[in-house]
Amino acid sequence: MHWSRDELGDITIRRCFYVSEFAQEREQQDARFKKMDQFILDLKQEKFNGSYDLAYKVINHLRKLISQTRWAHAKELMGVIRKEGKQLVAAQPSEYVIGNMVRRVLKIVREEYVRLLGKSEEFANTESLHKMLTSAETEDEKYMKSLKELKTTVMEAVSEYIDEMDASIHNIAAQAIEHIHSNEVILTIGKSRTVEAFLKQAAKKRKFHVIVVEGAPLYHGHELAASLAAHNIETTIITDSAVFAMMSRVNKVIIGTHSVLANGGLKAVSGAHIVAQAAYQHAVPLIVLGAMFKLCLLHYSDIGGSEATFNRLASPHRVLDYYKAGSQDLCNVQVYCPTFDYVPPELVTLFISNIGGNAPSYMYRLLSEMYHPNDHEL
Amino acid sequence: MQSADVGDPSKANKAVKKSVKKERRKEKISNKGDSSKSQQQQSVQQFDGAVAPKSKAELRAERRAKQEAERAAKTLKKEEQAKSNKAKGPQVSANLQVDDPKVQKKAAKKLEKQQVPQRTEGHKKVTLFSHLHQYERSVSITKDIGFGSTGIHPAIIKLGLQYAEGIITGSNARCAALMNAVCQLIADYETPPQKELARHLESKLKPAISFLNQCRPLSVSMGSAIKYMKIKITKIPSDMSDDKAKQELISDLQAFVHVNITLAKQAISNSACSKISDGDVVMIYGSSSLIIHVLNAAFKTGRNFRVVVVDGRPKLSGIRALRHLCRAGIKCSYVLISAVSYIMPEVTKVFLGAHGLLSNGYVMGSVGTSLVSMAAKARGVPVIVCCEAYKFCERVQTDSFVNNEIGDPRDLLATDGSSSGPLIKEDAYKNLDSLKVLHLTYDVTPPQYMAMVVTELGMLPCTSVPVVLRVRSFDT
Repeated sequence: MHWSRDELGDITIRRCFYVSEFAQEREQQDARFKKMDQFILDLKQEKFNGSYDLAYKVINHLRKLISQTRWAHAKELMGVIRKEGKQLVAAQPSEYVIGNMVRRVLKIVREEYVRLLGKSEEFANTESLHKMLTSAETEDEKYMKSLKELKTTVMEAVSEYIDEMDASIHNIAAQAIEHIHSNEVILTIGKSRTVEAFLKQAAKKRKFHVIVVEGAPLYHGHELAASLAAHNIETTIITDSAVFAMMSRVNKVIIGTHSVLANGGLKAVSGAHIVAQAAYQHAVPLIVLGAMFKLCLLHYSDIGGSEATFNRLASPHRVLDYYKAGSQDLCNVQVYCPTFDYVPPELVTLFISNIGGNAPSYMYRLLSEMYHPNDHEL
Repeated sequence: MQSADVGDPSKANKAVKKSVKKERRKEKISNKGDSSKSQQQQSVQQFDGAVAPKSKAELRAERRAKQEAERAAKTLKKEEQAKSNKAKGPQVSANLQVDDPKVQKKAAKKLEKQQVPQRTEGHKKVTLFSHLHQYERSVSITKDIGFGSTGIHPAIIKLGLQYAEGIITGSNARCAALMNAVCQLIADYETPPQKELARHLESKLKPAISFLNQCRPLSVSMGSAIKYMKIKITKIPSDMSDDKAKQELISDLQAFVHVNITLAKQAISNSACSKISDGDVVMIYGSSSLIIHVLNAAFKTGRNFRVVVVDGRPKLSGIRALRHLCRAGIKCSYVLISAVSYIMPEVTKVFLGAHGLLSNGYVMGSVGTSLVSMAAKARGVPVIVCCEAYKFCERVQTDSFVNNEIGDPRDLLATDGSSSGPLIKEDAYKNLDSLKVLHLTYDVTPPQYMAMVVTELGMLPCTSVPVVLRVRSFDT
């Protein structure tokens, strides 16, 4: 088909006309979506610095969302949050903190709605047979009453939760003195900000010795050891291979974790499983430190295909660098560099979170306090 | 002597008694005199008399006390000597008593006598291992060595440097290199006039071994070889000519290497091969010449299996194993030890090499062996240790602390080349007083994690080590 110069010119002018009509609206939408998109982009590119940072960013993002979007009642608000939450989780599926934060906000919304309606909180939570049979509100009608104060109360509750999160490291560290006595030898692996604060707090009053496992191939242990030694805590760095050899002298193993799974198991740094096993063999208690927002609803088998999204394989050049691997001999070698490890709950002795110490068998109960069962599927 | 002792006091007593009697007679005579004079005299004499018999009795008592004390001391000494003669059983070596200054002084004197240079201890020591040497690789140990005829043989010096720099690693390689160097030493050896070959050669060997010990602590395989050497040297008949003796000695030592390393390797490969079946995924840790040989032999018989090589810092010896296996055409994977739990679900068998087997059934291997066997046992994966019989030793150890080799801590820190990166730099390490770095070389695995040990004498449980040692000691 041949287009004459005039015809072409006509079409482009018409196109420009249509574009300009919708341009303004689109600009407004764009401005709003730009901020959301930017955040999603940041998530995809992993522009965050650890789980605290990420949790903080997500919940602030959700707070902005609540304040800036228009919604009529609680159900619509939850729909908005859910939609955004799905996008965020899809952007970074290996970070469960995102899903945790979204579900926590949904639970906050539900709680505030129920409280404003004047009913007690337990009523909203329990699903008694009587309630199920004689409930006046069906699932569709629930949460649809329009309440003026809902927005402010939800914003307040979310801010409260953010404050609680900010104080979580401090709350965990305040329990340090209960668990560490004088002249103890404590083993830790990798670098966890919670563990660092915990040990530094205990070192203010007690003298003890810390053995840090370096945690190849990322060697986070070196950073932690340097930081602890700068605080005059007696620190020794050992390689991962020496863990079993040293375990007979260790009194406690204290580690941080990336997430806590629903059965009480851990998704921790690579190498944590063998440390946990060695501790179990020597009957050394394993204490895990983590704030409550790290507790997630997923089980080990839930995480699609277990190895698919559970573990992240980092670049293998950290294990076998390019020069060595590129040589004729070694070009067909499969090199693995996993970043996470699954630690089953039987190996964990105690969880210390900002609300206190718990056994791993109790963790599933805490889930029901933090997340509503209807929110398990976003 | 005792009779003389008995005689002396009695004679002394008699003499004292006589003198006392004389004085009493003098007193009586003087007392019969004038009162005043006698008083004075009496007083004087009484004074004298009061002191004199006392002094005599005192002297007697003193002498008696002295003699009894001497007698007691002599009996004590004899008891102690008898005790020390009895208790010359297992003695703790000076290498395990670095925190005892007296023992170290003695050891230093011994090294000086042998003209062997001594290494300086490192600055920052890990207190848990203060009973072991903790050196830092600073200046070469051979800097001040002379090449005089009374010094150490150049082949030994070369060997020592190769050990210290990590050019020769692995217990079999170290043992074979040692035998080689000693054969050279024996070949170049000339008995000085009026001295016996057997005795003088041993005195030549002692400084050589001390020097090698200073370069790098002796391995179990080397210890075994040295024992064999010493036995062979003492068994040389005194009427044999020097040349013939030297020849026989050299051939004996070469036979030791041939039988205990080369032939044993083949025997172990044959039996261990039967444990690898088609479709197996075999995990190995680090680099053991014996295990590589076993895997190559199994691959040559046509079995279809693949290997997972687990490696540990800072030596990263697994890369050597990886090269050998890849050249043979075996499919390999490579992970660091922190990823052992990740890869363990795929693994069907674990083959480990050993540095030495202890008498209580514990296996001494490169650090990390215990971790791999524990992880395997937890998943029900069988662990098979392959070890030649000459590496069995009489030592007993229950943990990895009492006897170990502490390497240079700077191996774990950042190398000079890399300026950025997570590893701590050397300057930072020196400045932080509270920071210590531990570089362990060996660790000890309890026997419950291991299914069996494959030796050239057959497949044994780990606890059969003392039986084998007994059998072998009857053979030699």
